[in-house]
Amino acid sequence: MSELTDLGVAAIREGVAKGDFTAVEVAGAFNAAVAEAQPALNAFITLTPEKALEAAAAVDADRAAGKALGKMAGVPIGMKDLFATTGTKTTAASNILGTFVPPYESTVSQKLWDAGAGMLGKLNLDQFAMGSSNETSAFGNVISPWRREGSDAQMAPGGSSGGSSAAVSARIAPAATGTDTGGSIRQPAAFTGISGIKPTYGRCSRWGIVAFASSLDQAGPMARDVRDCAIMLEAMAGFDPKDSTSLDMPVPEWEASLNADLRGKKVGIPREYRMDGMDADVARVWDEGIAWLKDAGAEIVDINLAHTKYALPAYYIIAPAEASSNLARYDGVRYGLRDLPPKESARGAGLQDMYAATRAAGFGAEVRRRILIGTYVLSAGFYDAYYTQAQKVRTLISRDFMDAFQTVDVILAPTAPTAAFGLGEMVSDPLAMYLNDVFAVPASLAGLPAMSVPAGLDRQGLPLGLQLIGRPFDEQGVLDAGLAIEARAGFTARPAKWW
Amino acid sequence: MSVDTATVARIASLARIKVTDEEIAAMVPELNGILAWVEQLGEVNVEGIAPMTAVIPNKQRLRDDVIGADPLTGGDVRDKVLSNAPAGEHGFFGVPKVIE
Repeated sequence: MSELTDLGVAAIREGVAKGDFTAVEVAGAFNAAVAEAQPALNAFITLTPEKALEAAAAVDADRAAGKALGKMAGVPIGMKDLFATTGTKTTAASNILGTFVPPYESTVSQKLWDAGAGMLGKLNLDQFAMGSSNETSAFGNVISPWRREGSDAQMAPGGSSGGSSAAVSARIAPAATGTDTGGSIRQPAAFTGISGIKPTYGRCSRWGIVAFASSLDQAGPMARDVRDCAIMLEAMAGFDPKDSTSLDMPVPEWEASLNADLRGKKVGIPREYRMDGMDADVARVWDEGIAWLKDAGAEIVDINLAHTKYALPAYYIIAPAEASSNLARYDGVRYGLRDLPPKESARGAGLQDMYAATRAAGFGAEVRRRILIGTYVLSAGFYDAYYTQAQKVRTLISRDFMDAFQTVDVILAPTAPTAAFGLGEMVSDPLAMYLNDVFAVPASLAGLPAMSVPAGLDRQGLPLGLQLIGRPFDEQGVLDAGLAIEARAGFTARPAKWW
Repeated sequence: MSVDTATVARIASLARIKVTDEEIAAMVPELNGILAWVEQLGEVNVEGIAPMTAVIPNKQRLRDDVIGADPLTGGDVRDKVLSNAPAGEHGFFGVPKVIE
């Protein structure tokens, strides 16, 4: 049965539909793989094998009854623990939500269950999705299944969707949900040799997703290949009246329309992304990607995205500002942790003391750091200098992309400036960690669809990803270019099983 | 612009996060490092540029102005709303005594 875990979304769906194996067999195989890997990788916060089996049994019963099967029928997936799931603990990897059991289901997870998917468990992540290495979780680091050649040092799976990337690359889940605020789907996908797409802002409902920075947060799929991402994104996307920024547009048939023939398409190569001192392997893989897209028939065009260097500093004003506002809800009153200092203690026992004690006890260090930055840049006297200036720069960054898309159909760039780093190598310097998202953040600020596909290995044997950025609403163009790269990169590397 | 210990203490108070003097001392250089770095935004010419308000143009929708228009977010779900409250009592959120 172990070979079932080598299958992706499309293969599982097809095998279940044809009767090659049952959905229950698939769920059982992945449940076993998860249980075996969990002590070593810590990819999950909560395991729900019974949910996976229950959904699978329903799919098998539907098939036996001759009913139509959904887009994700029989596919057990990992759910990032940022999506509210009815009756199953939803923590955002924070102690402040450590015992939170939602009485409601997020729109995206509900759509996946409606499409026939089942839940293997809730995946670990950076606390409140704030991080690039999955080292800020209150439930421990996720260990990447990848290792440097000749080393057993623990590697970061990327972040914030680090449980998702580790689980998919370790073949203990065929696919997983992710969320991307400033690269949190694409960077972990690149670090672990898998595919992941962040759709246009508004494609996937944010309802029921624990909020980080609402103008940036978008959900998307993480899977082994481009087709699996297309299938899963179709199941996740769609208009939701409960999200005021949801796009009221039909969901295209991305999977059926996949086409790796890029003749007549123009691909933009942004000059500003080729930075001084760029990692030689990252530069090499980027050049190979250019050659592959040429081979697929595309015309390559150099473009300028003049304000690229300002994207990251703008992001680190806008995202913490929104976070400081969003996270004000964690007050120890309505849900989550409460720390009420005893009345007779020096700490006092008033309402304000309770708020401050609760938030100090419940939020991790990186979350507190970002709330403080956000509070500062929004405070009286500093709002215009920081926040308004950042939002103006954001307009310029978006305008750069729109100008480029007058000429080109899709943009090709590296996903991250380096391959995965080791756990603990970056934690002492928050700024160095932030810089890892330099290529991912601009598309986030502009709300554009963007995906990472695996493209090769670096000199240490670690995966490198290439990023495709598309016009608003043109997920198809992004997926098609991703497919063209996938077909030529021939990326078959996978981590050796050491767990 | 840079922050000192008094400013960090004030921000933490505004953010309702209890911090110790040691934590404040550790945060001052961290926050100053980040703030010094974001200040490069000041060199961008933004004359005549409007701040971003909506990244993807969208129109605001209004729902029907009736109670329970959406069964999930509408009325009649008091017990669900209170189900995760640290001190949900008698159908209310319990808080420490506010008025002596």
